[in-house]
Amino acid sequence: MFYREAGQFKTTYQADQAVFPILQDRIGLAIILVSAFVLIPLAATDFFLTVIMIPFLILALASMGLNILTGYTGLLSLGTGGFMGVGAFACYKLTTIYPGVNIVIWILVSGFFSTALGILFGLPSLRIKGFYLTVATLASQFFLDWSFIRVQWLTNYNTSGAIEVPTRTLFSMPVTGPNATPQFRYLVILSIVTLLTWFASNLVHGRIGRMWMAVRDMDLAAELIGIPLYRTKLLAFAISSYYCGVAGALMVFFWYGSAEPGVFNIDQSFTILFMVIIGGLGSLTGSFFGAALIYGLPIVLKNVLHGVGINIVPATVEHITFMSVGALIVLVLIIEPLGLARLWQITKQKLRVWPFPY
Amino acid sequence: MDLLYKILIDPFVQMGAAPDLLVQTLWEGLVSGVLYSLIALGFVLIFKASGVFNFAQGIMVVFAALTLVGLHEIGVPAFIALGLTIVVMFGLAYLVERLMLRPLVNQPDIILFMATFGLTYFLIGFGELVFGGNPKKMITSQLYLPSGAYDIKMFGGFVSLQKIDIAAAVIVSLMVISLALFFQKTRIGRALRAVADSHKAALSVGISLEQIWVVVWFAAGIVALVTGIMWGARSEVSFSLQIIALKALPVLILGGFTSIPGAIIGGLIIGIGEKIGEFYWGPLLGSGIESWLAYVIALIFLLFRPQGLFGEKIIERI
Repeated sequence: MFYREAGQFKTTYQADQAVFPILQDRIGLAIILVSAFVLIPLAATDFFLTVIMIPFLILALASMGLNILTGYTGLLSLGTGGFMGVGAFACYKLTTIYPGVNIVIWILVSGFFSTALGILFGLPSLRIKGFYLTVATLASQFFLDWSFIRVQWLTNYNTSGAIEVPTRTLFSMPVTGPNATPQFRYLVILSIVTLLTWFASNLVHGRIGRMWMAVRDMDLAAELIGIPLYRTKLLAFAISSYYCGVAGALMVFFWYGSAEPGVFNIDQSFTILFMVIIGGLGSLTGSFFGAALIYGLPIVLKNVLHGVGINIVPATVEHITFMSVGALIVLVLIIEPLGLARLWQITKQKLRVWPFPY
Repeated sequence: MDLLYKILIDPFVQMGAAPDLLVQTLWEGLVSGVLYSLIALGFVLIFKASGVFNFAQGIMVVFAALTLVGLHEIGVPAFIALGLTIVVMFGLAYLVERLMLRPLVNQPDIILFMATFGLTYFLIGFGELVFGGNPKKMITSQLYLPSGAYDIKMFGGFVSLQKIDIAAAVIVSLMVISLALFFQKTRIGRALRAVADSHKAALSVGISLEQIWVVVWFAAGIVALVTGIMWGARSEVSFSLQIIALKALPVLILGGFTSIPGAIIGGLIIGIGEKIGEFYWGPLLGSGIESWLAYVIALIFLLFRPQGLFGEKIIERI
């Protein structure tokens, strides 16, 4: 009733091709942005920020990165965790070697190290396709995982093999390390994620995004209409790993505070992949949905079980989480292979014609 | 120069200096290769018949082994427990077909692949809920599997061969032969191959896809059970065992997804290459290179043969 475009006329081609052509969508986005930037930091407790919002944003960024590769370009990758690790360790090395440079700059730069490795491990993608390529990306995951543990130069020869995040300041306020306030960390992460989301949205709606999707839908046909296959695939690898790298750096510097190399193992890759699948392959909004669901599910499950008075051991909760995530994945794939994002689209479509669907 | 010497010459000098160690390493590689091929076999069976790349094979191994041990723990005699486990694996195959594969028929391969991720997670959670997360001991002696080792004198030293490994090699060979016979000679085997060639054509000549899928997942379940017993006998039965599924992936891409001989030969190449590499070149890089060496070996092969050593040639049409 309220959500329809009746009476909104477009007079320019630009308006017609806008990402959000409907006024209500734009208002909705503005509301989300305002509440994210203003209301949440003002109203939310520290617990809510550190336990829910910060991880959610970081995981959403990582799954956006994987979505570019898997959802838009159709190259299934299991190396996400490795590339996130590259970002994190690159950032750590950079900020310990050059402590004077602002940490936010180093976080954005460290993504380029992931990019370089992403291109390197993306090189086989022209000759190898489908599942064979998936297994090839596993090679990068295991190799990177191994080098995080074995190459002690990466952790500055720390005896525990873990990295401790030093305190760094932004606008002369601490932004990383134990003294940083959650509000400030949250705002920095939110700005970075918003910026990168905007960038990704422009990419996937433009020429490059169309090239990616053409390659995904049928690479031979894409090649025939003149899309340089190799460059397109490598570009997808490069940008995807940039996003993963930045997400990894943010994860260690703004969320964990310290990280053992084991954080970036194969399980991390799977978690991100599940977010992409459940959220929706080939949808940036879906990445946020997926991150919210997969990350939020265990928390909600635990609280609900506590709420109804069933006190069970945490291990059992974990097992139930595993089961429900697994069942959820199969269920989502059966009901709607394109995930929550597609369901959201259908809902919006239904709303537009509501209450007279005919 | 020194580094080149260490990489190119020194390992071979070591091999020549202690041939008994070399034989021992080769034997260990051979055995783990056989076990890798066993897992890969489970993958290949399902991939051939339904085009599904079954990521859940690893957890099926653990699940089968845990069911067997768990049943024995509550007092069921070993061989009855074995029979019951086979029944459970059949039930699993039936449920997977009914609840997961049938609604997903006609979806792209990648969707089915991801559905098996879901299955993996579900089985991990379910298995831990039922059997608990503690590692268990495989009931080797109750199943009359041998233990102990033969020591064979050779080149002035000796090579020790675990009896369980020999048993594993024999059982795997028997299994491969019977599977090959099953595929080539029986009515269901022919139907399986027909389904592998083309779902539509198979349906049109009256082959029931549902039935074939249950059969093939059941066969993969039996392979998983045997794998679980063998791996469990070597170490113990725990959920960390599912990692061996990841070990089998390079074997698969090396041998080709569609080839049973490929799975065997791929497994042997990876197993031997891994052990030799770890033993002779590993110390150069700091040990633990076993975790990715297999993938690198497989990748190198893939760059020259993108469909694996024995895979069907990939022909794409528009």
